Amino acid sequence: MSQSLFYLAAFLSVFFSLLVIFSKNPVHSVLYLIITFFTFTIHYVLLNAQFLAIVNFIVYMGAIMVLFLFVLMLLNLNKDTEPAKSNLLKMAGVVAGMCLLVTLVGSVKALNVSNPVVLTNPGLGLVKNLGKVLFNEFLLPFEISSLLLLSAMVGAVLLAKKEA
Amino acid sequence: MEIAFVIEKFIFITVIFALSLLVAMYSTLAERKIAAFLQDRVGPNRAGPGGMFQPLADGVKMFLKEEIIPTQSNKFLFIAGPSLAILTACIGSAVIPWGQDIQLFGRTIALQATDINVGILYIFGVVSLGVYGIMIGGWASNNKFSLMGAIRAASQNISYEIPMGLSIIALLLVTNSLSLKDIVEQQHGFQWNVFYQPLGFLIFLVCAFAETNRTPFDLPECETELVGGYHTEYSSMKLGFFLFAEYINMFVSSAVMATLYFGGYNYPGMDFMNSLLGPTFGPLLGMGVLFIKIFAFIFFFMWVRWTIPRFRYDQLMNLGWKVLIPLAIANIVITGLVVAFVNGF
Amino acid sequence: MESLSNRKKVLEQKPMNFWERMYLPAIFKGMAITFRHMFKPKETIFYPEVEREFSENWRGMHSLKRDEEGRERCTACGLCALSCPAEAITMVAAERKKGEEALYREEKYAATYEINMLRCIFCGLCEEACPKEAIYLDGPIVPADYLRKDFIYGKDKLVEKPLTELIKQ
Repeated sequence: MSQSLFYLAAFLSVFFSLLVIFSKNPVHSVLYLIITFFTFTIHYVLLNAQFLAIVNFIVYMGAIMVLFLFVLMLLNLNKDTEPAKSNLLKMAGVVAGMCLLVTLVGSVKALNVSNPVVLTNPGLGLVKNLGKVLFNEFLLPFEISSLLLLSAMVGAVLLAKKEA
Repeated sequence: MEIAFVIEKFIFITVIFALSLLVAMYSTLAERKIAAFLQDRVGPNRAGPGGMFQPLADGVKMFLKEEIIPTQSNKFLFIAGPSLAILTACIGSAVIPWGQDIQLFGRTIALQATDINVGILYIFGVVSLGVYGIMIGGWASNNKFSLMGAIRAASQNISYEIPMGLSIIALLLVTNSLSLKDIVEQQHGFQWNVFYQPLGFLIFLVCAFAETNRTPFDLPECETELVGGYHTEYSSMKLGFFLFAEYINMFVSSAVMATLYFGGYNYPGMDFMNSLLGPTFGPLLGMGVLFIKIFAFIFFFMWVRWTIPRFRYDQLMNLGWKVLIPLAIANIVITGLVVAFVNGF
Repeated sequence: MESLSNRKKVLEQKPMNFWERMYLPAIFKGMAITFRHMFKPKETIFYPEVEREFSENWRGMHSLKRDEEGRERCTACGLCALSCPAEAITMVAAERKKGEEALYREEKYAATYEINMLRCIFCGLCEEACPKEAIYLDGPIVPADYLRKDFIYGKDKLVEKPLTELIKQ
């Protein structure tokens, strides 16, 4: 049951992420990205990581993608308004993409193949356990990431305040 | 998963779905009636006794109206917008506990579609999805007013999600659980959370108004500035879906508020009544009490709509970012201190 | 500027104090006011069943009058049509035959007399122009209808009923 569900969700996420890249209209692209994130939520649920699933749902689908859509709607990127990109930029893009590919392939090679459905501790993703782990074992990284977010917020406020 | 369980859940979900549609339908009538009463009028009273069949007449009218899709619009997204709006409005009721476990035909049935242990967050996620219908519909219309409405809706919903989430965090400090069933059970009798979290409730209430786009916060469809806002280009039942989604949203958020802060199906003296009525009618009475609370909230929504004028856009943003968020954070700090003090550090 | 009437009031706008800036008391006050209105007597008049009392100088649907012997007063002089600013009135005149003296008062009468109620602005100038006191705007509200042609009222709807019929009723 969950095995076949996993394959369905995996197929859907690959399919929709390909659509994100290949769709011409940027707004469609963002909408496909939203669906892709939704399939990720299904993956998290299948892994019994309910908290992560719902947070992915709220933060990525409910907030960040809304902002993406918001910006794209305001920009109104059409084919005729889009400036032609220089060859140098295209080359840079190809190089960057290749680098990313190499990194990904390398990291995939370094990974061990694990059973995708069964976890060592199946209750890990539940809110209570996750909270205990976060505030005991990983307290320092947790606090540091919160500091990082705070500094990002202060930076955003500063950028917005700066006289144009 | 036995077959009986599946059938039981199926029936229950169908009933809840039909109930929420029915309540939303009659909310449209109630809105017009209450508006009339607050303005010394009588409201619609021609269709059926006391205007009972007015929602049916309205629905038939909506279906029979001519359907116009603008030629320059994005057709798929134009149709997807209202569909999404009503979909996200309907799925919110899945985690709300409607009553205690009920004995029916020799079976114990839980009056809740599903008790996931992140219930509050689920509601929160569904609420945050609600804006997509408006945004997609507004953008696909290819109309400046619609786009302005969509953008207002997006920024308003994102701004008010933050204080809403923060007020929920303060509530979680009190309840220690994310499951709505647990939260309701903790409020047994008269130990309602609103007595522990009055400020949090106030913030949540204001945010609920903003998230459902109800009147002091109905800037996305602000007639005076934006014609009809995001539904300017819509006609026929697609417009009906947008309007209907608002009423379903109102019903679900009333149910959430009643559940989180006003004890859900709990009422003073419920143990006595349960022992008096037995395991079938006791929970049903509790469900009735929950619905009374929900109707009270819906009335409140309407009462506010016909009293308070719409905010200006900068006032809306000021209220959200400069008043509600600091208040919600202060509420978290105070609640945390009190909880720590009570628990003896 | 010097005030002539002495009725001008200068309002002092003090900066709001903390309580006022919370707006909540004002909101509750407003809500109390609207709630009180729920129990006030309703102002609605249920129109088709109950009609509001018209004022003395109300101008409604036209009626073509008869004299005390029940003869139509209109002589089809066309002054009403001429005076009509909306050009809503048309008529065709005809000569009275022998034996019709009981129907028409003058030797000339209106064979057809039509008022387009969609054009009419109910100004009452026809009433004032009429030398024979034959037309008055003393009827009820002109009812709604579905087709434009149904708003052109002919003599069948405009002429007053004969006195004998009124007595019968």
